[in-house]
Amino acid sequence: MATKKSYAGEFLKGLWDENPVLRMQLGLCPTLAVTNSAINGFSMGLAVIFTLVMSSTIISLARNIIPKEVRIPTFIIVIATFVTIADKMLAAYFPDISKALGPFVPLIVVNCIIMGRQEAFASKNPVGRAIIDALGMSIGFTITLTILGSIRELLGVGTIFAVQIMPSSFEPWMVMVLQPGAFLTLGLMIGVANWINARRTK
Amino acid sequence: MEENKQPVSEGKTTEKKETKATPAAKEKKSEKMFLLRSSPHMATTDNVPRIMWTVIAALMPAVVYGVYNFGFSVLLTILWSVIAAVVTEIVTNKMRGRDMKNGDGSAVLTGLLLAMTLPPGFPKAYAAIGSVFAIAIGKQIFGGLGYNIFNPALLGRAFLQASFSVKMTTWTAPVSMDAITTATPLGSFKFEKVMTPYFDLFMGRIGGCIGETSALLIIIGGIYLLIKKYADWRIPVSYLGTVFILGGLFWLINPEQYPDPVFHLFSGGLMLGAFFMATDMVTSPVTPRGTWIYGVGLGIVLIVIRLFGGLPEGVMYSILFMNAFVPLINRYTRLKIFGEPKK
Repeated sequence: MATKKSYAGEFLKGLWDENPVLRMQLGLCPTLAVTNSAINGFSMGLAVIFTLVMSSTIISLARNIIPKEVRIPTFIIVIATFVTIADKMLAAYFPDISKALGPFVPLIVVNCIIMGRQEAFASKNPVGRAIIDALGMSIGFTITLTILGSIRELLGVGTIFAVQIMPSSFEPWMVMVLQPGAFLTLGLMIGVANWINARRTK
Repeated sequence: MEENKQPVSEGKTTEKKETKATPAAKEKKSEKMFLLRSSPHMATTDNVPRIMWTVIAALMPAVVYGVYNFGFSVLLTILWSVIAAVVTEIVTNKMRGRDMKNGDGSAVLTGLLLAMTLPPGFPKAYAAIGSVFAIAIGKQIFGGLGYNIFNPALLGRAFLQASFSVKMTTWTAPVSMDAITTATPLGSFKFEKVMTPYFDLFMGRIGGCIGETSALLIIIGGIYLLIKKYADWRIPVSYLGTVFILGGLFWLINPEQYPDPVFHLFSGGLMLGAFFMATDMVTSPVTPRGTWIYGVGLGIVLIVIRLFGGLPEGVMYSILFMNAFVPLINRYTRLKIFGEPKK
């Protein structure tokens, strides 16, 4: 980090400027796979918030004692610990959501957002900053996934968070809850984000 | 314009003159609106709007027959689809800051082609959604006419197929028949092993999409395009030829299970696809050799889908599938530049 940002800036960059999905195109695998409904996207986001914040805290605290040569395995062990906790918690308290997310919760271990934040940020910054950064990034991820899931659910089923929005005469666009819908919606969202950014920098 | 018509051999001298000319002289020339281009110089009356409107005209017999066959309401479906396509084209061009003075008719053609591939009873509003998708996502996202990878009309249809699969496979019977719904010839063969008489297939007295039923009228329109050279004759020849030969092979192996090659040729959307969709100038290869590869590939994919796939018809997917390979085909069949050393 060349320039030290304020804590607020550290938090806000995850929401927009360095939004992991829309700006950096990280973590696309869960983004595309689980956003067939708003609730799935949202719970995936929550799992990532938990994992990222906890592992960033641990890594940041331990950053001075982790040998540089084995830092990646260390990151993975720490991340895997919290992913396992999140996975078991989901399975115990929200079995339906756990079933819907399928293998994608355990796969958070190899989610590049989390790995990337450890390597690029938590291992180089004090713990306060690391937590703020992790919160910003994971909340940015959650918001993006929830919006993506909402759009797909709205057009593909006619509901958002299982609340009927569309009139009953609306015929669902089945394609939106299938895989192509994920690619189409994400592509358009990234396009809109780039467009807004282009206008802002003008 | 005079400059444009210079014969090829004089190209060099023109260039020499050009290099000698002072910048000031150049400016003067440009003020007079002379068009200076390097050779070869060709004068042609063909342009994009003319080609598009010719293709639309060539489709008209099949469209008129579709309206006659399925009743007046399909005319409304076509209108909805075309209007939605044109409106989307105008809006997206505005958003992209493009000049709309040179409206080229390609949106009309896309809307029309899309409507022709829809079942007759398809809800009109959904046809419009398909058109919007075809133009906005199928064409403009890629950079507009000439830059799209996939045939926009077929992409719109694929979207509708994936979204409203039940409505896309509900076939209304022609008004001349005494029935409300009917299977398409391909569907009834695949699922019930019932053959449709050749004459009905050829003339179009069958169930199917709005514009695909009459092989005869599509062939007439298609041949007109081939004569005008707006469609490459190699594509329909290689596409239909591959289907005939490959379909025939399977028929010889087991005539009970597989339909005969003539049935393959005249059923479903093959004629429409082969003459009007696979030949789309933007999404077909530019080299003659590439065109043959493309056509043969189309035929193989189609036969595989028809005989072994879950769907009765595969023209749409065969064309979209091969569209994806066109950049690759173009790259590997690049013509040798004259004088280029052999490897």
